Amino acid sequence: MPQLGSFSLLVGLALSVYAFGAGLLAIFWDDDRLGETARRAGIGIFWAVTSASAALVWAAFHNDFSLAYILHHSNRALPVAYKFAALWSGQEGSLLFWCWLLACYGLVLRLRYKVDTRLVAHASVVISAVQIFFLLLVNVPAHPFSMTPGVVPADGNGLNPLLQYPEMVIHPPMLYLGYVGMTVPFCFALAALIMRYPGEKWIHITRRWTMVGWLFLTCGIFLGSYWAYRVLGWGGWWGWDPVENASLLPWLTGTAFLHSVMMQEKRGMMKVWNMWLIFCTFLLSIFGTFLTRSGVVSSVHAFAESNIGPYFVTFLAIIFAACVYFYIKNRSHLESEHKLESLVSRESSFLFNNVLLLVAAFAVLWGTLFPVLSEWVTGHKVTVGPPFFNKVNIPIALFLLLLTAVGPLLAWRKTSAESLRRNFLVPGIISLLSGVALVAVGVRPWQDMSYFYSTVTIMLSVLVAATIVSEFVRGGLVIARHNLSNQGSAWQSNIFYGMYQLTRRNMRRYGGYVVHFGVIVTMIGFAGVAFYQNTEKELGFGDKLEIGHYTLVCRSYTQDDQPNYSSERAIMDIFRDGKQIDTMYPEQRFYKASGQPATMVANRSTVLEDLYLVYTGKNPENGKPIIKAHLNPLVWWIWSGAHFILVGTLLALIPNAQARKQAAAQAARAAARQPVATGAI
Amino acid sequence: MNRLRKISTHWAMLLMLASVLLLMSAAGDPTGQRFDRLGHGLMCTCGCSQILLECNHVGCAVSEQMRKELKEALASGQSDDAILAGFVTKYGPTVLSAPTNTGFNRVAWIMPVVIFLAAIGGLVWVVRVWQRRSRAQLAAAPPASAGAEGELDEFRRRAREETEL
Repeated sequence: MPQLGSFSLLVGLALSVYAFGAGLLAIFWDDDRLGETARRAGIGIFWAVTSASAALVWAAFHNDFSLAYILHHSNRALPVAYKFAALWSGQEGSLLFWCWLLACYGLVLRLRYKVDTRLVAHASVVISAVQIFFLLLVNVPAHPFSMTPGVVPADGNGLNPLLQYPEMVIHPPMLYLGYVGMTVPFCFALAALIMRYPGEKWIHITRRWTMVGWLFLTCGIFLGSYWAYRVLGWGGWWGWDPVENASLLPWLTGTAFLHSVMMQEKRGMMKVWNMWLIFCTFLLSIFGTFLTRSGVVSSVHAFAESNIGPYFVTFLAIIFAACVYFYIKNRSHLESEHKLESLVSRESSFLFNNVLLLVAAFAVLWGTLFPVLSEWVTGHKVTVGPPFFNKVNIPIALFLLLLTAVGPLLAWRKTSAESLRRNFLVPGIISLLSGVALVAVGVRPWQDMSYFYSTVTIMLSVLVAATIVSEFVRGGLVIARHNLSNQGSAWQSNIFYGMYQLTRRNMRRYGGYVVHFGVIVTMIGFAGVAFYQNTEKELGFGDKLEIGHYTLVCRSYTQDDQPNYSSERAIMDIFRDGKQIDTMYPEQRFYKASGQPATMVANRSTVLEDLYLVYTGKNPENGKPIIKAHLNPLVWWIWSGAHFILVGTLLALIPNAQARKQAAAQAARAAARQPVATGAI
Repeated sequence: MNRLRKISTHWAMLLMLASVLLLMSAAGDPTGQRFDRLGHGLMCTCGCSQILLECNHVGCAVSEQMRKELKEALASGQSDDAILAGFVTKYGPTVLSAPTNTGFNRVAWIMPVVIFLAAIGGLVWVVRVWQRRSRAQLAAAPPASAGAEGELDEFRRRAREETEL
């Protein structure tokens, strides 16, 4: 099997070189048959990389420790799901997984070539170039099928205990689907620029692909946060670690693109800006991968240091040079058809939104790289941690939240003062009332900056929610009245049916509103950080620990021994107002193969707060277990907001009812014409 | 009226900029408790790259020792600056969780603000230039012939297109 894997990787590399070279020549010579061979070679890459990946998974399942990768990332007692996850747990395997996902995307792109044959032919050449790079990596510096030197041990070193959680089985694939997914819009954008693509079809294709990549990236980021919260045991979900930041960078620029692309579609503006946003999103995806894998910055999540850094730097330089070259060569093709007419308009709100998102991306990138810069300039390394990122990014996030409320209700081109007053008076009053309500329940924003931020966040979130609801209600009412005047049934004249019809007519717009709603729900969850509490205590049998309105009583401790690990866990009875409401089991595990300990957090989540217990270890002096308790308000809202974001994005991906009808009618017309055409031949 | 609108727009912009600068420069005090605040201003030096009070290593001896030292320093009545300086002397500058506002470290704090101001300023400037050009183009364009059905259709098409989203 290892030989099959190695051979498949070589075949994959050869096919990608052919797909690139033949595809390029087919474009130059305008040779369709050569182009078709290049397309089929591209499809062949998928099969080659799939068999290589299958060979590695097979080796993991069969405990083939003659492979160095399997020896270092698996062991006999490892549960089946985690053996599968071993594919992306180490440097070499995760790069192979990256290649496989890229091959999957490449397969879809090449199978859907009829969308636009010439555009796909150009995009296929670009994606082949990216495939060459990644297949080169897994064939030379990060070969996953390297053999174990010397005598093969009877058992492997095991998987890192922190990775042995269900979330970790799905988080990396989602994140990688997002990172790799950004390659496809990049390929289409560069292809459109190279061939000076006439019309705007390419931007529609690119937007949909970006939404797919963005959806997976968002999913991956939230799953990563959830994993950090439930597994790492520090009570938080985002630590501004360089690897976390690396995932945020393409997400921010991708978000900016998904907004500004509307200006190009609707008004033929911002063509250069959009092109560079797509380029930057792809470059930042690769840059993030470089950060994770090169050891340039220290991180909790980073892979082991390796020699692949220079490969990534070279690749980034080549891609950047190609983007600059084709932009300079064909920039006349990207001239705007319209100019902005007013500062108070939908266009300018998109511009401000884009600028703020890019400033946030810069601030994150700057903070991530500043330690390297500082060491280079002064010779001393400094730490740039959460206090820096929070201080710089929270104000930017609040302004973005304000724009989320204002932007969608502004008209294209110009908005009158009367329209502004009409749209924002009621939501503004509701938002102010929410601020008054917060003060009434005891929040004192003037006492502490974090309270101030939380209050403003909640007020702005209420403002956004009110504007979204008013949009749905007004639109729903208009349709309901229209249905009523057209003798529609009682059901069709209902406002809720009107809202449903409204959404079906413009899935993208109303899906976008659902995404915005998810963002504010998440932001309310973030606002809870200001009110968190934590405490730590050594607890013997019957000892009590108090946090907030909870009293925790240690009932007992148990021990367990499994093939993969041994564990100790506390049995904690939870009381509220003198009444027992739950029993929680914080646990500590010791993984035998890796010899590493890990915590299993016990979490009781409600809409208002999470009671989060960690078994942190034993006091070495008296042997008493130490329990750490966190009371984290509003965390439930973060994960709920993520669900809204995902549902909203999926809604926005569904074509409008009218567009589907038109497409069906077109297909029917084409089918009706077909026999005539066949007869003519 | 236009002049009044312009002035109010300027004031709104200035207010926005002033508030973002105020928010960025405001000193945060997450809990109001010194131990918590200082503990979040320090990093654990065990190699985990985590905030001292958030080090999640099971049985991490380094963070335990550092927390003990922080408690002792607080109990001895030292000022915040003196406590942090003591930690820097013992563990090196990387023990601080954010760059200080001194020397080259100031660049870390200044750059995001500079970029923010430059981006917003640049954007306003670009919009103004576009507005001026747009007005000049409108003034130079020949007057629209009333009743031209084709042109009306074109306006209708644009209106539909631009109000769809």
